[in-house]
Amino acid sequence: MTEHLAIEATGLEKSYGEVRVLAGVDLSVERGTVFALLGPNGAGKTTTVRVLSTLIRADAGRATVAGFDVVRERHLVRRSISLTGQYAAVDELQTGEENLRMMGRLAGLPGSQARRRAAELLERFDLADAARRRVATYSGGMRRRLDLAASLVGRPSVIFLDEPTTGLDPRSRQAMWAVITGLTDRGVTVFLTTQYLEEADQLADRIAVVDGGLVVADGTASQLKQKVAEHRLDLTLVDAPAFDDLAARIGGRAVRSDPARLTVGLATDGSAAHVRALLDELDPHGAAVRTFALHSATLDDVFFALTGHAATPSGTPEMATAGV
Amino acid sequence: MSDLALTARPPLTDSFTMIGRSLRLSRRNIDALMTSLMLPIMLMLLFVYLFGGAIHTGTAYVTYVVPGVLLLCAGFGSSLTAVSVSNDMTGGIIDRFRSMDVGGAAVLAGHVAASAVRNAASTLLVFGVAFLIGFRPHAGPLDWLAAAAVLLAFILAISWLSAAVGLLAKSPDAAGGFTFFVMFLPYPSSAFVPIDTMPTWLHGFARHQPATPVIETIRGLLLGTPVGNSPWLALAWCGGILAASVALSGVLLRRRTG
Repeated sequence: MTEHLAIEATGLEKSYGEVRVLAGVDLSVERGTVFALLGPNGAGKTTTVRVLSTLIRADAGRATVAGFDVVRERHLVRRSISLTGQYAAVDELQTGEENLRMMGRLAGLPGSQARRRAAELLERFDLADAARRRVATYSGGMRRRLDLAASLVGRPSVIFLDEPTTGLDPRSRQAMWAVITGLTDRGVTVFLTTQYLEEADQLADRIAVVDGGLVVADGTASQLKQKVAEHRLDLTLVDAPAFDDLAARIGGRAVRSDPARLTVGLATDGSAAHVRALLDELDPHGAAVRTFALHSATLDDVFFALTGHAATPSGTPEMATAGV
Repeated sequence: MSDLALTARPPLTDSFTMIGRSLRLSRRNIDALMTSLMLPIMLMLLFVYLFGGAIHTGTAYVTYVVPGVLLLCAGFGSSLTAVSVSNDMTGGIIDRFRSMDVGGAAVLAGHVAASAVRNAASTLLVFGVAFLIGFRPHAGPLDWLAAAAVLLAFILAISWLSAAVGLLAKSPDAAGGFTFFVMFLPYPSSAFVPIDTMPTWLHGFARHQPATPVIETIRGLLLGTPVGNSPWLALAWCGGILAASVALSGVLLRRRTG
């Protein structure tokens, strides 16, 4: 294994019956960074996390986490990691404080230290006021924060977060993002999965895009965005025949196509000259295009370009220009 | 930054932590707690005051029926373990525990120990009410001790069996079905009526099912009547169920948690 890598996986495969969930996943994550595994539901994100956190064994391939083999040295891996799954793994009938103290005891802290650590984490995650309330009375956002706090009790060096913000309202999501960003200040490595492009863009130093059990792209957010042109010109046509006609003419040049909205997207460098040239070329009589809009490329575009299908119900592209 | 916090823990520490957890959870699950405390008492009152007059056992009916009620109470209370175990297995918490290197055995041990404590409490309550309504045992301290030991063996056996059922069940609701089975097990036994009064085809089952020797032992010890080989049969049944359940739980845990 390489010293500066917190996670290294090669050729991970896993099938459930006929379904091939992982088809040979390769990953490497540097220490002290946030790494996002981005993909739609069913892409193999959770399965990857479960293999890396030693909960299941891959059928083939090998992986090391914190320098230990996830199969042969799984007990050592478990002492270096924490896992926060999609569903809050805390007891509803215990208070926030009791949950954290229990986790502290399980992490090997003596009683008094477990109590101190619980108090410290409750404070840090803005849960001090709710410390003595049962978790059953917590909101969704509070539960997620407690869950994350519980995973930090034992000071893990690698933290796995499986879809940490799925199902949260926008404000709780923002709060969660702030917490996750703060984690690497302390030198830990964060491995998170998400279906939200925006989330990966915001949080991750590096992103791997998974689809159908394979990593289809890997890099920083800006490297991935460079895989498509920097900007996208969306043209909304006047009617269906005009849309069909244009679609037929440009064929594979479309980076996006939405027949329902009569909109096609094309790559552009965003310069006035190029936009004008495109409009002149595609709509010489000035009658087919109703409106156009220029967007900065988002990870959504990257995802579409890489996988040929849209990613998620997220990603509202910021509007740069609109007119005609 | 990875401190020495997650170092090896002394053996049994996890089990003690888990016992504390399970006890807190049982104490706060008011519905289940009330049901497991009140139901046996209601049944005892029902049998003594409503059916008791019609049932002839050769002694005061309350004296006859208390061991059966104790067993019913212990069985019902123990079978709730299935629900707690299933809750843990189907919720996210088992993954958290496993990723912290806490063994499934410690989690189960916590539930079983909590079950024993819960059942000890409800047993005392049943005794208390039984005394109030006229239960008068004739037992020496050793008899009491022996009766308590047999009852504890039964509680442990049913609790572990229940834990295995909890591992097997697909959902906590399904696991709850096990309480039914355990609730009805004492009926075709000598718990409430003498077996001789049952139809002949039922005698075989009623005499040779695990509840019967346990009840006969407790009844004999408390009332100072001869117990014959019932204690050995009772302990053999409990030991057998316990061993089989622990083994089955081990296999299920390994399968469930890879």
